Amino acid sequence: MKKNIIIVLLSIFTGFVFATDTIGETKEFFVPPPAYPERVFPCTRCHDNVPIKVQERILTMNHADIVFDHAEEQRWCLDCHDAKNRNKLKMINGNKIDFDGSYNLCGQCHGTIFRDWKQGVHGKRIGMWNGKKLNRLCINCHNPHQPAFKPLEPQDRPLKPLEANLTPKKKAGINDQERK
Amino acid sequence: MTKKENNEPGKAMIDRRLFLKSTALGLAGTALPLKKARASIWNSFFQEHFSEMDDGEIKKVLERLEQENQKKYGRNIDIRADKPIEGVKFAYALDLSRCVGCRKCVYACVSENNQSRNPQIHWISVLKFKKDDKWIDLENADRYYDPNLVPEDDSFYMPVQCQQCEDPPCVKVCPTQATWKEKDGIIVVDYNWCIGCRYCMAACPYGARHFNWSKPGIPKDEINPNTHYLGNRPRYKGVVEKCTFCVQRTRVGKYPACVEVCPVGARKFGDLLDPDSEIRYIIENKRVFRLKEDLNTIPKFYYFFAT
Repeated sequence: MKKNIIIVLLSIFTGFVFATDTIGETKEFFVPPPAYPERVFPCTRCHDNVPIKVQERILTMNHADIVFDHAEEQRWCLDCHDAKNRNKLKMINGNKIDFDGSYNLCGQCHGTIFRDWKQGVHGKRIGMWNGKKLNRLCINCHNPHQPAFKPLEPQDRPLKPLEANLTPKKKAGINDQERK
Repeated sequence: MTKKENNEPGKAMIDRRLFLKSTALGLAGTALPLKKARASIWNSFFQEHFSEMDDGEIKKVLERLEQENQKKYGRNIDIRADKPIEGVKFAYALDLSRCVGCRKCVYACVSENNQSRNPQIHWISVLKFKKDDKWIDLENADRYYDPNLVPEDDSFYMPVQCQQCEDPPCVKVCPTQATWKEKDGIIVVDYNWCIGCRYCMAACPYGARHFNWSKPGIPKDEINPNTHYLGNRPRYKGVVEKCTFCVQRTRVGKYPACVEVCPVGARKFGDLLDPDSEIRYIIENKRVFRLKEDLNTIPKFYYFFAT
């Protein structure tokens, strides 16, 4: 009986070690830098000079142009942006990360998509299929404050068979009026 | 009547076999382009099958075609004949849960692959389906949808192009072996061997092959000058053409044009034989299906749902 308990405990322990290894794995991705808006970055340029207000509120003066449409009922700015160092982002566990590694922040909620992204299955690919793979940051395609893509205008529909101009009129030397 | 009896003076001495031989030869002679018998026309007429030509012969053919195109389009069009990369088999995957039906792939393909603008030829057709019980209902699919904005709430979209079958019915029916499967899995057409019978179009279950009913109409300044002999070089009137996974790009390591242009990243491409490729990950981890799987054409084009 005692032996069994030891085996079970041991297996749980080894499983735990393995799990932490996987979670703690730091794999680097070849990503382009985020497009910082020149006027706003580094954020500390302004934020170091203003008092920190951690109270949830609607911004009316600065950043009023940001429309937040991303689970806005459950969180606000300082759930992702670090209150003390505005040049950093804040993970749920309190770790601070650079904007370059923002995919880790997004991956906290979008786990399945993060998994696909790491494999290169989520996101747009350009360049070489047999060369170095470039994983774009989530924010290179999605606006982090309004991540859903906006509807697009589709390009021209193909011509229907009767609309197709099979015999170029010029070549045949007949124009529409002569034909009538 | 014996031969001796026939041998009288004044009577023509020609037997039946000789007569037929010379008549056939004479008729064949009239079919030759004698009036315009420039060297290039002769060479074109007697061009060997692509698989039977060595590198030197292929080079001569490419030079001849480049000269012809220079004359026809007034600009230099580079035609290459890159061979398949050893140990590579191309495959494609398309995420139906992402495609928004914007048709950007259609027009990127047209300009990359020198498709005729007038008459219009599109290698990619984007089909629109209603989201209902019937799911992929090919008979009621709409390829002429034209709303102001896509995606529409009640619809989903499915781009269809050549599926690059492992067992391609189009290749089986070609009477002149003008179309075949390359080692990297791409089905190609030799436009100089195609006689325009359109058997392959009838055999293809995906509507992926297109016929040049008249001389392809492409504005000269819109021609893509980076071409492949078996791919996007300018075509002739009366030949069949199709998607080649952008053979001119993929054989030098680039992604096909449709992959690069897709604004939502729905298109994936890679090497089926590389266990670490994206395409293998998709096949092993996602819900994939192939179009008209029941026909056993074994397409190398996988549709999947990432979410």
